[in-house]
Amino acid sequence: MDWLFLTEILLSGLGSGALLSLTGIAFVLIYKATKVVNLAVGEMLMMGAYFFVGLFSSQVFPLWATVALAILGGGLLGAVVERALIRPMLGENPISVFMVTVGLGSILVGVVEFIWGADPIAPPNFMPTKPFFIGPAYVSPKIALSFAIAAVVIVVFLILFRYWRGGVALRATATDQGAAYSCGINVPRVFSLAWIAAGMAAAGAGILVGSIGGVSPTMGVFGLSVLVVVIVGGLDSIAGALIAGLFIGAVEALAGTYLGGEYKLLITFGILVVMLMIRPYGLFGTVEIERL
Amino acid sequence: MRIGTAHETYAQAEALLDTNVQRFWLIAFLILLAAFPFVANQYWVYMACLVGIHIVSVTGLNILTGFTGLVSLGHAAFMAVGAYTVATLEIRVGTPFILNLIIGGLVTALAGILVGIPSLRVKGLYLAIATIAAAVILHFVFANSAFLGGTRGLSMPPATIFGYQIARPSQVYWIILPVAVLSIVGAANLFRTRIGRAFIAIRDRDISAEVLGIPLLRYKLLSFALSSFYAGVAGGLWAYFFRVVTPESFPLIYSIFFLAAVIVGGMGTILGGILGAVFMTMVPEVLKIVVGWMTPVFPNAVQFLSPVRTIVFGALIVLFLLFEPQGLAEIWRRVRRFFHLWPFRK
Repeated sequence: MDWLFLTEILLSGLGSGALLSLTGIAFVLIYKATKVVNLAVGEMLMMGAYFFVGLFSSQVFPLWATVALAILGGGLLGAVVERALIRPMLGENPISVFMVTVGLGSILVGVVEFIWGADPIAPPNFMPTKPFFIGPAYVSPKIALSFAIAAVVIVVFLILFRYWRGGVALRATATDQGAAYSCGINVPRVFSLAWIAAGMAAAGAGILVGSIGGVSPTMGVFGLSVLVVVIVGGLDSIAGALIAGLFIGAVEALAGTYLGGEYKLLITFGILVVMLMIRPYGLFGTVEIERL
Repeated sequence: MRIGTAHETYAQAEALLDTNVQRFWLIAFLILLAAFPFVANQYWVYMACLVGIHIVSVTGLNILTGFTGLVSLGHAAFMAVGAYTVATLEIRVGTPFILNLIIGGLVTALAGILVGIPSLRVKGLYLAIATIAAAVILHFVFANSAFLGGTRGLSMPPATIFGYQIARPSQVYWIILPVAVLSIVGAANLFRTRIGRAFIAIRDRDISAEVLGIPLLRYKLLSFALSSFYAGVAGGLWAYFFRVVTPESFPLIYSIFFLAAVIVGGMGTILGGILGAVFMTMVPEVLKIVVGWMTPVFPNAVQFLSPVRTIVFGALIVLFLLFEPQGLAEIWRRVRRFFHLWPFRK
């Protein structure tokens, strides 16, 4: 067994795992605050990537402004979706709300194909190409940079949750909506906030995923891996999303290398099934107790 | 209930059709269906076959999702199980097609029970995700099994009856129509029985149902089995209709299509499943026709057909859930109620 090779695979897996974690956090944010399972998270990520590519090819703004605008666009998308589709569904059967997000995913794919066409677009080349080494192990510079960015964003998110007023309001709403209301927290605004933050996180992840693997309307498939991540980590646990993201990223990389690309989804969904059988609430998720 | 129908016995109250007017229209409609392939052209018969297959499949999913409250995003994968079983039997064994369809349904029912086993432990959204996992795993099996033709899939000969080949859509129509009618009647009757009522009780509140003495695991698995049986038969019909079965024939979006048809039609009503299947199958075709009209004005309208279809598909799901959660069945009921007293109502 070649240990160096194994380390390199693991490192690249952890790199893409960081992106899974970031998108997983977008998912968990929405679930924590609004109890909505957002199956369109992969498509929101794709929209972010397309915002970026569209703005980048117009060559109007410098790179940093393009990134910022694409992320803001993701946030705006989140806000619009929350206000137009999710708010009217408040208090409905969770399965209906879940299906609304499925429909939303289809709409977003259609819109992207309508504007940019169904063919994949080569990602804009703004990432460094200088080889990057950790000790003797080579890591693709794109993946290393993505990992660093994702890590920074995640840390910023964690700090915001911990100390920022809005973050505290969000955690309070997640714990108990009624109590949060009576403490004077504007719960509908927290819902908006969660969707905006999630939209921004997904758009940011989309830019990174797009610049590694290319931008196409089928990018939403990434959302399936994210689904596995959040189930394994626990739907309402940010720490769970972080750890499970890295874990699933590493497993996907190992399975892809040693077994072949077609085994990636099989292995991750196998893990999902096992997880659902033994710990349906995930590694760190809250156990739901149902009473009559 | 209609004005002027007084029920004198319980049997009357439970009957599927309670007036002679309804029976008359139903028979007239069936005669129309039987006459359809003789008057319609090739294209419409083709569409009718597709609609029929989708009706069987959507009715199956309606049993599971609409009546038992278990969401499945693996329905297309179950159809694939049926289609592969039928194709394998037709190619390697050569048993008569009716037997193939039934075996296809039974094998799929077994697969459904297997997938349904987690349904006692997890439910709602978790179950939906578990069924996605099942679909992914089944797809992997189909794509990587040499016995099932790998990614190239299986090509099969047409069905034969008394040495007579059933190959063209206008011929396959005669298999699909009776199967579809039978499956609808079966499903409609199911919910007049103890089992069907148990399903509805589980949907409304599963813990209460258990307290009432309904064994949850048994009935949830039974629901999975029945629903998958329908999917398997629909998959078998699909195989006889297209006569080539590949792993890519039954993608995840096809499962979403069935769920969308159940929602758009109206969850938990037999009529809803039928209306949903017809509507969701016809909408893309209507869009195609509209695009055809627009081509003289916008020469490149055709290239927007596929994205517009995707958008309309998603928008239908969203709009129905937002504005008409009871689906087409509710619209149909409203229209009928309007005409009950028409034109004498003020």
